[in-house]
Amino acid sequence: MLQEHARIVDFIATAEGVTGRKKLQKMVYIMKKLNVPFREKYEFHIYGPYSEELTARIEELCDMGFISEALEDKGSYVQYKYAVTEEGMEFRQAVAASIPKNPEAAALLNAKSARFLELASTLLYFDHLEREEQIAKLHSVKGKLNFTETEIEEAYRFLGELAQLKLA
Amino acid sequence: MSYATQKLAEEKVFKDPVHRYIHVRDQVIWDLVNSKEFQRLRRIKQLGTSYLVFHGAEHSRFNHSLGVYEIVRRISDDVFHGRPEWDEGERLTVLCAALLHDLGHGPFSHSFEKVFDVDHEEFTRAILTGDTEVNSILQKVAPDFPADVAEVIAKTYSNKQVVSLISSQIDADRMDYLQRDAYYTGVSYGHFDMERILRVMRPLDDQVVIKSSGMHAVEDYIMSRYQMYWQVYFHPVARSAEVILRKILQRAKELSENGYEFQQPPTHFLAFFDRSFTLADYLALDEGVLMTYFQLWINERDPILADLCERFVNRRLFQYVDFDPGTDYKKLGELSALFKKAGIDPEYYLIDDSTSDLPYDFYRPGEEEERLPIQLLMPNGDIKELSRLSQIVDAISGKRRTDYKLYFPAELLIDGKKKAIKQQILEMLREGGI
Repeated sequence: MLQEHARIVDFIATAEGVTGRKKLQKMVYIMKKLNVPFREKYEFHIYGPYSEELTARIEELCDMGFISEALEDKGSYVQYKYAVTEEGMEFRQAVAASIPKNPEAAALLNAKSARFLELASTLLYFDHLEREEQIAKLHSVKGKLNFTETEIEEAYRFLGELAQLKLA
Repeated sequence: MSYATQKLAEEKVFKDPVHRYIHVRDQVIWDLVNSKEFQRLRRIKQLGTSYLVFHGAEHSRFNHSLGVYEIVRRISDDVFHGRPEWDEGERLTVLCAALLHDLGHGPFSHSFEKVFDVDHEEFTRAILTGDTEVNSILQKVAPDFPADVAEVIAKTYSNKQVVSLISSQIDADRMDYLQRDAYYTGVSYGHFDMERILRVMRPLDDQVVIKSSGMHAVEDYIMSRYQMYWQVYFHPVARSAEVILRKILQRAKELSENGYEFQQPPTHFLAFFDRSFTLADYLALDEGVLMTYFQLWINERDPILADLCERFVNRRLFQYVDFDPGTDYKKLGELSALFKKAGIDPEYYLIDDSTSDLPYDFYRPGEEEERLPIQLLMPNGDIKELSRLSQIVDAISGKRRTDYKLYFPAELLIDGKKKAIKQQILEMLREGGI
């Protein structure tokens, strides 16, 4: 019961907080694609893979008081910072989430920028295609972001590194 | 004449209660409608378990898919035709995408996808690009055409106008299902002036905008959607049936994994239990198949599977109470322990369920929102986001409403066995806490 909520609380606690809605979306997506049992359904949206269900779940967890959402004004834009509250920690203990703990993967993901995670998750979204087609698709749907070859190479290397961790 | 532009000798029409007639002139569309993968949609209800509440809601995804096609056909052939901002070369792509957008839905999609962790959109892509009749029809248009149609449906197609006709906050999919579901359920919500909206839709840059003179029709559409979600789609009794359905599939999977010997083996499900399924396994399923298993499993020796199936088939649904997980999750643990003491497995008979909806949302530059807003085209050519001009829409913009329920079999709690524990459970359920 409430397992799906507990998994998200657990993940944010393991990551020691996440700054940015987009970043959180992409972190969960990448973990899910690496077979961590998140159940949120993803579709392709403006910034790449996006889950309406995850957005809803985060809002619910904020309403329940298990996750805090702080607005950070960055001048030209604002960002939301998510952390697990004390009540959330109690909830985490009471409803033990059936999810493998992956602190290393969470830290690796958290250290990356939202732009980089958008790139990596978009490549993963097209992982049914051959690598060349994947890159062509990336440029087609993310043309405005002008991802460089170096960034793309780094994204593949990063995904390979995560895959080595055997997350699930 | 190429297959892509080939017309039928005579226009075909389908009589339709929502759009009166659905018109087909293109050979490609006619062939797609007659493909076996599209015909399968006749055997999948549009509203899943809602027919157990609204007895008229027996309409299928076949009806809805034709309806979405008809709306897009009218936009493409009447409203956008001849406008320089619209690429006429996209006509067949968008018509096929409209017709086929729900092709990958399975029986009782929502529950099936949850239990077996599958995604109907992936099946849609697999049907369009795999070894199917639909694929062979699309291939005849052009080798890349199946992938193009799949990309429109997956929202990764390069022409965003085409994508937004099929999926955006005001798209042909929603315009059809709101009206169709209102018609078949018999509710008085869900009606809005679609004719007016179609007349004021305009292709512009990489989106579809609405002339500001049509704002009130759009307001009506958004309010219709809001009411349909809470009155029909999230009806707590239909959700009770969904809960039982999920638990049937979960129980069958668990029994199979534990080596239980079924009297009626779950042949059609085995590949989903161990995730070895193919597209052919998926296409072999429909709601008739599932209901047949449920009927037969009523006589299984496993009391839980038999009971859940009997409940679903004969509409003996679970009762429910409101539940606030933020404060009640600890009590839920206590309740779960009491269910075990009473000899009732809480995994199958005490189920929390939440549902939520965001009626409309908009994107403010700089924020990390993901929904494309509805844009109004002002008489001077400016573009303004809908909620900036509409007070009604502004009042509900960005406001998510969530409903939590706790489902349980009331009659199992009032039978004679372990009375004291059951009394304690009932008090907890009745007296608030939960």
